[in-house]
Amino acid sequence: MPDVSMEYGLLLAGILFALGLTGLLVRRNIIFMLMSVEIMLNAAGLAFVVAGAHWGQPDGQVMFIFILTMAAAEVSVGLALVLQMYHRFRGLDADALSEMRG
Amino acid sequence: MNWVFHLAAAVAIVSTGMVIAAVDAVHALLYLIVSLYSVAVIFFTLGAPFVAALEVIVYAGAIMVLFIFVIMMLNLGPRSRDQERRWSRGRLWIGPAILAFLLVAELTYVLAHPGSRLPVVAIVGPKQVGIALFGPYLVGVELASLLLLAGLVGAYHLGRSWSRPERNGEES
Repeated sequence: MPDVSMEYGLLLAGILFALGLTGLLVRRNIIFMLMSVEIMLNAAGLAFVVAGAHWGQPDGQVMFIFILTMAAAEVSVGLALVLQMYHRFRGLDADALSEMRG
Repeated sequence: MNWVFHLAAAVAIVSTGMVIAAVDAVHALLYLIVSLYSVAVIFFTLGAPFVAALEVIVYAGAIMVLFIFVIMMLNLGPRSRDQERRWSRGRLWIGPAILAFLLVAELTYVLAHPGSRLPVVAIVGPKQVGIALFGPYLVGVELASLLLLAGLVGAYHLGRSWSRPERNGEES
C-alpha cells in the first residue's frame, strides 16, 4: 500500500509542478508568475515529503522545512520587487521590463 | 482508505488549474489557498502531521497574507471601490467553498473513524523531525537563518527606496 501511495504522490507532485510551469510560461502578470513559482516550490516539497514518508525517515520533512524557508525569503524579495516595479512602470506586465533588450 | 488521498489529490489539481486560469488575482489566491490546504491533507495522510501543520500555518497563513498585502496595496485608487463591491457579491466564493468543503468532509471522516487512516509505514512526528533538524542538519538550519536575514535586508532595502523614486529613478 505505501508503494501505491508513493507512486501516486510523485505523480501528483509532477502534475502540480507542470501546472506551475505552465502558469509561469503562460501568464504575463508578475503576481501570477510569483504564484506559479510558489506552486512549483510546493510541488517539489511534496515530492520530498512523499519520498520521506515512503522510507519512514524525517529527512524529507526537514527538506520541506528548508524549502519553506527558501519560499518565504523568495516571496518577500519578489513582492518588494513587484512593488518597486509597479511604482516605476505603473503596471504589472512582465513584458514592460524589456530595457535590457533581452 | 486510499480515497482520502485521491480526493485530496483531485482537489489539489483542480484548484491549481483554477489558479493558473484565473483572471483576478484575488480569485487565484483563494484557489491557491485551497490547493495548499489539500496538499496539507495529503501530508497528513502520508504520516507527516508536522509539515501538514506547517503548510497551513506558514504557506497558507503567512506567505498568502504577504500576497494579499501586496495586492491590496496595488489596488489603492478610485477604481478599488467598485472592485470591492464586485468582490463582496459572494458568488466567487462558491468554487473555493465547494473544494474546501470536500477537504472538511475528509477531515471529519478521518477524525470520526480513527482506525481508517492510510496504512503508512510510520507516522514521523515533530520529535523525530526536530532531532534530525538540530542534529545532522544543523548547518542547514544556520544557512536558512542567514538566508532569511538576507531576504529581510533585501526586502527592506527594496521597499525603502520605493518611497522616493523621483530623485533616484530618472537617471536611466
